[in-house]
Amino acid sequence: MANIMIRRNEAGGLVFYLPKRDLEASIESIEFDADDKWGGELKLDNGGSYYIDPIARPPRLPISLRARRLGAAED
Amino acid sequence: MAVLTRDETEALIAEVLEVYPDKAKKDRTKHLAVNDHDVEQSKKCITSNRKSLPGVMTIRGCAYAGSKGVVWGPIKDMIHISHGPVGCGQYSRAGRRNYYVGTTGVDTFGTMNFTSDFQEKDIVFGGDKKLAKLIEEIETLFPLHKGISVQSECPIGLIGDDIEAVSKKASAAIDKPVVPVRCEGFRGVSQSLGHHIANDAIRDWVLDKRDGQEYESTPYDVAIIGDYNIGGDAWASRILLEEMGLRVVAQWSGDGTIAEMMNTPKVKLNLLHCYRSMNYISRHMEEKYGIPYMEYNFFGPTKIIESCRKIAAFFDDTIKEKTEAMIARYQPMMDEIIAKYRPRLEGKKVMLYVGGLRPRHVIGAYEDLGMEVIGTGYEFGHNDDYDRTIKEVGDATLLYDDVTGFELEEFVKRLKPDMVGSGIKEKYIFQKMGIPLRQMHSWDYSGPYHGYDGFAIFARDMDIALANPVWDNMVPPWKKAAVPDELQKVA
Repeated sequence: MANIMIRRNEAGGLVFYLPKRDLEASIESIEFDADDKWGGELKLDNGGSYYIDPIARPPRLPISLRARRLGAAED
Repeated sequence: MAVLTRDETEALIAEVLEVYPDKAKKDRTKHLAVNDHDVEQSKKCITSNRKSLPGVMTIRGCAYAGSKGVVWGPIKDMIHISHGPVGCGQYSRAGRRNYYVGTTGVDTFGTMNFTSDFQEKDIVFGGDKKLAKLIEEIETLFPLHKGISVQSECPIGLIGDDIEAVSKKASAAIDKPVVPVRCEGFRGVSQSLGHHIANDAIRDWVLDKRDGQEYESTPYDVAIIGDYNIGGDAWASRILLEEMGLRVVAQWSGDGTIAEMMNTPKVKLNLLHCYRSMNYISRHMEEKYGIPYMEYNFFGPTKIIESCRKIAAFFDDTIKEKTEAMIARYQPMMDEIIAKYRPRLEGKKVMLYVGGLRPRHVIGAYEDLGMEVIGTGYEFGHNDDYDRTIKEVGDATLLYDDVTGFELEEFVKRLKPDMVGSGIKEKYIFQKMGIPLRQMHSWDYSGPYHGYDGFAIFARDMDIALANPVWDNMVPPWKKAAVPDELQKVA
């Protein structure tokens, strides 16, 4: 599990940030994207994917969350 | 357009790498690339923020340099103790010309060096007591200081001194913040991790200290983040922002104070100049206080106008009007500078090799003068830095990460730039090769380069470097043989 942060970029897309490794990547898809269930598997544009436990959609981004790394796709 | 085509640049990289043993060659290949606008992510073409190879000259600093030299050092009313042997503090003292206003030694301490000067017995028996005593002495000798930071040098981490406990105790005793920063040099591959650690220390020990306190705020409060006032840069930027009608609450950290930093969570917008060193704290403030951050670039009129409009768009119409008025007011001055220098500098080629933000930020300023950047790279940039750089430079431009001395020399020999923009360590190599060098880290005893006023100085500096008659009278050593005897006598 790692601490991550999700924020919105200027274009409105979601950006993933992993402070420990200073890894910044765009989120290409998010598994659940409803108001009461938000999260699940995050696919990053660098090929990596992470899992966050689904929560209610946060009222304000950025938000820090705990995430689990799925696979070892990115470098 | 770049001087070389894509294939030629690729061939150049391959040729330069040829001399390395296989293993080194394999590693270095990842750090050299030809710019390609089709690539959206830099990691697909260039690798960065990796450990340098032992044995090849590299030009990086350490985590201590990132924390003490960059982030904490310029905070002028605090005393920054270099905790450990005397060398790290002394050799990094006042090297970056972070200008400030104040009376040094009374209420400001920017150019002074405070160190616990570890000796053998401190390494063996621990230096906690020494640190506590040092803080007491500081309090007696410099009662007007506003806080202390303890910048750990390598031995502190190795012997495991508990600087946090000492700091907490001392902070309670003197009733001022005492911040332990675990920035031992060995922690990261470059100064970059030091920035991160320093930002985290600010977050944990400084930033929230005035939360909930009363504060007279205006709708136009902003903070300058990541400008270290090298040669007066932050001042040149601050003038522009104030002319736009904004109120600059804090400067992080050039000519900045700890009080300013504590007030920063009250601003409406954080303006981030050096993304590499301060994005961490900007992210934190965005999350905790809901303060958005915006990157800007104040090098050269094109980028200044672009950035000012972008900043103004965040505020209401009065700011937008003032911004347009400001741009219009400075336009004649800019036209004059460009009219004067562009004919002299047009078409000149530049190669850059700098640290955190300038390999991409100054490109616009060079282009305003009609110059062209044909190669650029970072000492300690990360992938996100290269992501931004790809868009700034032309297709087929040479990119190099953590370049070695050998590679940079070979690239310069082959690409034959008219000028190299780099740091002090490269200066004499290229000047001996007969290529003018301007220091881009510390402005080589000139500056500022930010803002409209800075652009005038930037243009003049580039011109005096290139137009210096010495280059015509100098023959590089490898051409000496071909020179007729009478000329050699003159030289």
